[in-house]
Amino acid sequence: MDLQSYMPVPPGIRMEENFFSLDDILLSHERLPCRTESAFPRLGFLEKSSETRDIPEMPLWLAKGLYERKRQVLSVELPKVYREEWRTVFGADPIVVDLHKMGPYYYGLGSQMLHFDSPENPEIANTILQTFIGRFRRTMDSSQNAYNEDTSALVERLDCLERSLFRAGQSGLNGFQLWEKGRSSHLTASSLVINYRKRKIADLQA
Amino acid sequence: MSLLTLRRNFFNVHVITTTKIYRENCLRWYIGDLASYDFIPKKYRHLSATNKFTMFCEKAVELIRELHRMGDGQLPAFNEDGIRQVLEEMKALYEQNQTDVNEAKTEGKSELIPSIKFRHSCLLRNQRCIAAYLYDRLLRIRALRWEYGSVLPTTIRFHMCAEEMEWFNQYKKSLATYMRSIGGEEGLDITQDMKPPKSLYIEVRCLKDHGEFEIDDGTVILLKKNSQHFLPRWKCEQLIRQGVLEHVIS
Repeated sequence: MDLQSYMPVPPGIRMEENFFSLDDILLSHERLPCRTESAFPRLGFLEKSSETRDIPEMPLWLAKGLYERKRQVLSVELPKVYREEWRTVFGADPIVVDLHKMGPYYYGLGSQMLHFDSPENPEIANTILQTFIGRFRRTMDSSQNAYNEDTSALVERLDCLERSLFRAGQSGLNGFQLWEKGRSSHLTASSLVINYRKRKIADLQA
Repeated sequence: MSLLTLRRNFFNVHVITTTKIYRENCLRWYIGDLASYDFIPKKYRHLSATNKFTMFCEKAVELIRELHRMGDGQLPAFNEDGIRQVLEEMKALYEQNQTDVNEAKTEGKSELIPSIKFRHSCLLRNQRCIAAYLYDRLLRIRALRWEYGSVLPTTIRFHMCAEEMEWFNQYKKSLATYMRSIGGEEGLDITQDMKPPKSLYIEVRCLKDHGEFEIDDGTVILLKKNSQHFLPRWKCEQLIRQGVLEHVIS
């Protein structure tokens, strides 16, 4: 097993975000379609006029910050992927969907959408769960059996949560193989050191 | 700001255009006139004024992306400039909010409240991004102590700011104090033996010239490239991890 010295803050579980997690910050940068119910004076933005021709898109962090249950300020609509049509697609066959294209943070964003009190919340939550259950087997199998080969084709259609699971599976597999070969007591240079050196050479060449 | 710079900055491509209308509207968009956004071509629509929400906190997220790109734990250079820009943005937002809050309170203009909330969200976001940036860098620097040892190569040291260097020194000291306090009289080096040892002495090959190396009984070994030695494990572990020696298994 590769020794883990750098342990970044993992993304939050369920509907919580971890404050320091880089993944969660990038996740909350995803845009959501929404409608502003009140005006924002002095910001030079969308004045409340009768011609609301463009529905602005707000990043998740802003929508969470401005959203209030009384619905005076903002109403958030569901992004395409969580709506009825796509939910039936996921229900039919979750494995074939390219989750990376549908927003690389499908599960994370879906969990955060539940903050916005949409009437479809229970269905959304259920769909996300069933999708994960449906896809998990495939992810686990591929991560445990792809030894020493190019995994880009396998990883391509996975969303970020699944990719981190895939990586964990790969590192476990590699560790096990090393142990089987009897090289688990083989001292190696730390991968961090190797990467720094590679980068230094690349910088010098640049 | 010349029109050419304007195009490069906000559309990030060299848009060669000669139509006066297009140029005029770029300028108007920059100034913030909503009415003319129709003239912006569809592929630049995401930069249009209606999406100006995202003009705040962009720099902060840039910092985070910079770190996220190096997923393996490497430390990029300290982006002093970026942090300064984010802090300036926060200062401007805060000052605007101060004036608005005072006005809302004294003159009872409650319609300013959504804008105040908006700016407040932006401030919180910037704060979160900076805090996460600094914290993640500290996690990477901590990893350096465990991977490289106490002495860092100069290239990495240049990537750290003065405060981070200070933090690293304090961390080293805390770790050393802790290691001395456990394991009886001489202390216990917990950065050693990361993998269970199988033998006291190991065969190593030198990957690069490292000069002279003294082992416990006083003999001095010259570590020249490609030379092979049979050395005590506890002396070599650090050098193997740094990539100077290579563990040879026959």
